[in-house]
Amino acid sequence: MKYIEPHAHMVSRTTDDYERMALAGCEAVCEPAFWAGFDRSSVNGFNDYFSQLTEHEPKRAAKFGLKHFCWLCINSKEAEDVKLAEEVIALIPKFLGRENVLGIGEIGLNKNSRNELRVLEMQVELAAKFNQLILVHTPHLEDKLKGTRLILDVLKNDKRIQPGRVIIDHVEEHTVEMVLDCGMWAGMTLYPQTKCTPARAIDILETYGRENIWMNSACDWGVSDPLAVPKTALEMRKRGHGGSAIEKIIFQNPKKFLKQSKNFKLGS
Amino acid sequence: MTRQQILDLYFLDARHQLIEIAAFLDRVERAEGKDDFRIKSFRAALAKLDGKKKNRAKNVLLTLSDLTTAPIAKATAKGATGAYPK
Repeated sequence: MKYIEPHAHMVSRTTDDYERMALAGCEAVCEPAFWAGFDRSSVNGFNDYFSQLTEHEPKRAAKFGLKHFCWLCINSKEAEDVKLAEEVIALIPKFLGRENVLGIGEIGLNKNSRNELRVLEMQVELAAKFNQLILVHTPHLEDKLKGTRLILDVLKNDKRIQPGRVIIDHVEEHTVEMVLDCGMWAGMTLYPQTKCTPARAIDILETYGRENIWMNSACDWGVSDPLAVPKTALEMRKRGHGGSAIEKIIFQNPKKFLKQSKNFKLGS
Repeated sequence: MTRQQILDLYFLDARHQLIEIAAFLDRVERAEGKDDFRIKSFRAALAKLDGKKKNRAKNVLLTLSDLTTAPIAKATAKGATGAYPK
């Protein structure tokens, strides 16, 4: 079954993962900029990372017939250093014209600090100035509820931001409703322990509907599964969801949101 | 799906997770030392499973969440613990 992986950190994965994803039906993979697992020492580290996302990784994906797209930003875990963030944000415009760039992301909050919030506002400004789509990371575990509320306040208060051009990722049962009620898209991340399991993600679909929502693996260097989306599609089938309902969630919905970027083009 | 079908699909897995939680609580209580905020929040969240209340998953997540609204002054760590000291 064809699907789009709308959130995966492929720089952390092996070529075997690309092959397995292609075999499972993946047609395109979208890679938000994120934390490397350690803080980069200068803006030069980000310059190299953005080059990796826009030059090297698409070539690696193409070897397996996969289209590769990316999002650019400084992530919230490195946003406590506002001076570094300003330097990184100044770097981003020169990469926005590259053909696989979808927008600004994954911006957001981590520990919900004042500096993280300031850097979030700076990156929302960047997205508005360059008319870019926005992909938002919401905080982990106990910080998610508060962080989601703070993020939604920032986005709703900026009248230049169209809600339908924003995806709020990593929603769970306590945050999905407030995101959808704002007219923004919601992303569910399928993690073995810390976010949604396949069963819970399907519960959310059955409770809140299938509009403006997608699923992703967010596979990275941590405990995660690059095949989480097709495995959840299989779980949906066990739960009695038909083929068209499954295709809507794993292919049509991400396609509908992402094609708001002129750069999102699938193969023939 | 019918309730019977849901039970057929998920009962054994839920039973397994229920026993894991029971064994975890026994393990914590066998160990020397004091409770911390995480296990206190965990016990409070368990109470949300009781009775006929709906939205149990949402209510458990809310019990384990930071319910304050103001940004913190500075992020001094990157990780999360899974519960918030109340």
